[in-house]
Amino acid sequence: MDEREPMLRTEGLSKHFGGLAAVREVALACRVEELHAVIGPNGAGKTTLINLLSGDLAPTAGRILVAGKDVTGLPAHRISRLGVGRSYQKTNIFLPFTGFENCRLSAQSRLQPSMRFFAPAHAHAPTRAAAERALAMAGLEGRAGVVAAALSHGEQRQLEIAMTLATAPRLLLLDEPLAGMGAEESARIVELLKRLRAEHAILLVEHDMDAVFAVADTLTVMVDGAVLATGSPDAIRANRAVQEAYLGSNEADIVSK
Amino acid sequence: MSAAAPGRRAPVAGVAVLLVCLAALLLMPLGVDKFYVQLVTKMMIMAVFAMSLDLLIGFTGLVSFGHAAYFGVAGYVLAYAAPQYQAASLWVSLPLAMAVSGLLALVIGLFVLRTSGVYFIMVTLAFAQMLYFVFHDTKLAGGTDGVYIYVRPDAALGEWAGGWKPFDLENFVHLYYVVLVLLVLTWIFLRRVIDSPFGRVIAGIKVNEPRMRSLGYATFRYKLASFVIAGTLAGMAGYFAAAQFGFVNPDMLGWHLSGSAIMMVILGGMGTLGGAALGAFMMMLLELLFQGLTKHWQLLMGGSIVGVALLLPHGLLGTVAAWWGRRVAAKDSERTDG
Amino acid sequence: MIFPDAFLPYLEPAVDFPTFLIQLLNGVQYGLLLFLIASGLTLIFGIMGIINLAHGSFYMLGAYLAFSLTEGLGSLWLALPAGIVLSVLFGLALEWLVIQRLYARDHLYQVLLTYGLILVFEELRSILWGDDVHGVKVPELLAASISLTDNLNYPVYRLAMSGVCLVLALGLWWVLRRTKLGMIIRAGSVNRDMVQSLGIDITLIYRIVFAAGLALAAFAGMLAAPTSSVFPGMGNQVLIICFVVVVIGGIGSVQGAMIGAILIGLVDTFGKVLTLEVAGFQLLPQLSGVTVYLMMAVILLWRPEGLFGSRGR
Repeated sequence: MDEREPMLRTEGLSKHFGGLAAVREVALACRVEELHAVIGPNGAGKTTLINLLSGDLAPTAGRILVAGKDVTGLPAHRISRLGVGRSYQKTNIFLPFTGFENCRLSAQSRLQPSMRFFAPAHAHAPTRAAAERALAMAGLEGRAGVVAAALSHGEQRQLEIAMTLATAPRLLLLDEPLAGMGAEESARIVELLKRLRAEHAILLVEHDMDAVFAVADTLTVMVDGAVLATGSPDAIRANRAVQEAYLGSNEADIVSK
Repeated sequence: MSAAAPGRRAPVAGVAVLLVCLAALLLMPLGVDKFYVQLVTKMMIMAVFAMSLDLLIGFTGLVSFGHAAYFGVAGYVLAYAAPQYQAASLWVSLPLAMAVSGLLALVIGLFVLRTSGVYFIMVTLAFAQMLYFVFHDTKLAGGTDGVYIYVRPDAALGEWAGGWKPFDLENFVHLYYVVLVLLVLTWIFLRRVIDSPFGRVIAGIKVNEPRMRSLGYATFRYKLASFVIAGTLAGMAGYFAAAQFGFVNPDMLGWHLSGSAIMMVILGGMGTLGGAALGAFMMMLLELLFQGLTKHWQLLMGGSIVGVALLLPHGLLGTVAAWWGRRVAAKDSERTDG
Repeated sequence: MIFPDAFLPYLEPAVDFPTFLIQLLNGVQYGLLLFLIASGLTLIFGIMGIINLAHGSFYMLGAYLAFSLTEGLGSLWLALPAGIVLSVLFGLALEWLVIQRLYARDHLYQVLLTYGLILVFEELRSILWGDDVHGVKVPELLAASISLTDNLNYPVYRLAMSGVCLVLALGLWWVLRRTKLGMIIRAGSVNRDMVQSLGIDITLIYRIVFAAGLALAAFAGMLAAPTSSVFPGMGNQVLIICFVVVVIGGIGSVQGAMIGAILIGLVDTFGKVLTLEVAGFQLLPQLSGVTVYLMMAVILLWRPEGLFGSRGR
């Protein structure tokens, strides 16, 4: 693609839990205007990979660079503040708060200085606007005032994405954003991903193969914690090793997932 | 949160109740004798203490079982600041006492906030106990017996104001109103903190700390700030408690007081400042009532604590608010149906 | 404002060997006693998820039972088994009446409720036994002393105490590691549902663990009664020290409780006999009450989850 330093780059990234290697020597890159999808069977280490990239887990070996800056071993909040937003596979939101407050709190994380003790939080216009924008992007504008616990499962998934967007990230790490969504919401999020690609680098872990092949610029296939192949969707489809290990044997299974 | 949909009208009722309480507190010294004025002064001091703990338990989700340490240490600071048989200057000793308590909370917070959950409960208790032993075992300030503070702090201003004395803390009515003003100021201060961006962050930490971190919040710093604010306010309460009783001893930092403070917060309803204050009043009324009934009043108090833990987890205010919320919701659905 | 005390205990530094040996024995014995109490505390937390502030009250209960039963039955030898039976029954009843209502509740309410229980127990003690200090006679068989030097003796009863504590610690280890019950208990602390799905009645396991933990603390109180006096509030002192033991060792870890208890026993004992002056200020033994907490603070900086704790609890 281009010669600029990618938004995200990893070198030899590994994570061991005791004797088990969950992620092995993963090297990948993701640029702005690129949607890089990571696919692979369950247990391939995709979520662990995201946890390493977001700083939720510390890697055993290897390096992570965000916009050329080495962030290996930094805590999650520092990585987040460098413009990395992540969503979780298992919905991870603030259930007692309204959808709006979930996003407002997310947007507030970008305030400088971050410790503000006196002016009421709800009076700060820029964070309100950012929250409203994020809610609208994820298709939740009509549900802003509803307590998150009262939202449907699909809406909670949308809120998860909205919160990530509200932090104004440059790099998005999305862990199965479509899981548990209905067809209509899924289509909407796929459209959103296409739009976001214009200004973001997106790393997407997803099981919905139709969606993945529809939006991804680059695909990385992981098996047993290691990268099996990386390339364009067409190249991956044609790749013999991928077909054997993953696509070929039981294609119907993956596509339906 | 204040934006919770069904409770929209509850705050209006809450404000009304609050104003009535405030009016009652304002007028009370006019109608009753000294004993009750002093009793309510004590209750208001404990209300400030309970509200400061509520910032931790109810708003940040930090169950501190050592909150009395910051209360007691401030009392000792006053005892130290007061030359024997002379008054300490209020304007010097009060900020000093609060600063010492806040600093102590900062240092202890750096240790205890490395832990969470049950560890946090045990470790806060252990650190408070350590301080208890510092005052109990050494001759720093009277050891087990404690120290008398013979004269209450002097409110006279400096030379620049011609030594003008706006109020006299030796006068029990003056002391009452000073404490009342502090109670109201503490309430306003905490209300503003809770509604501020900082307050929303600690609320988020209480609900889901890992997610706050992945949103970019350095949660440790926020918890530490909350811990220090709570410690400083507890210090203010402890200072006035020592000034009022005219006496400090190691029990002022003891774990029984820490336990009572948790009871106050839960009895009134944690996560609502008014609840913590109400809890302090109720707890002291219960104490008075039980002490009048039997010399084994702690049995009744212990039983009440067990009962509250089992039957009233949301406290008095929480239970009333839930009932109110249900009522409003029921009315709303009637209206939309009709 | 500072009133100098006329009396300030001053002890020579423990340099000569017999004194050192005696303090070492004292420290280990105190540590082993703490282990009996702390192991129950840590098991009840590790397995049932209950933080129990009233655990110190069980120690007090044991001491008062030893006092009354020795008076009534004429001998500590009879009082011990009777006391154990009574405390197990008490544990089963308390779990059934109160504690089982706490399993699903937040730690905050566990703390509040068990704090309330402390007040109740302390007041019941006052009603049943009064507020006087009592003593329990050392049984004659163990009343002798071993002489270390011409003027230094060590009581046999204390040695016997340490022996009994050690045997109990080994027994506990054996039950947890080598028996089916121990296996179920350990599995239950990791995965409650899994144990239940095996058709094992977890509520029964909980009741047994709670009663056993209570009995261990009470037994420690019975053992300690002849060496320390039996007095109001004795449980609370011990409780907070046991918290420190558990924090140092790691919550839920029995080995951790053992290491933590011995460490604290030694630090506390030697803190009381060593003299330490820094820049003219006497730190030890004046501040000996603080040493164990300082040790906890250091360990917290190094390993916030305790020596044997698992991260992320």
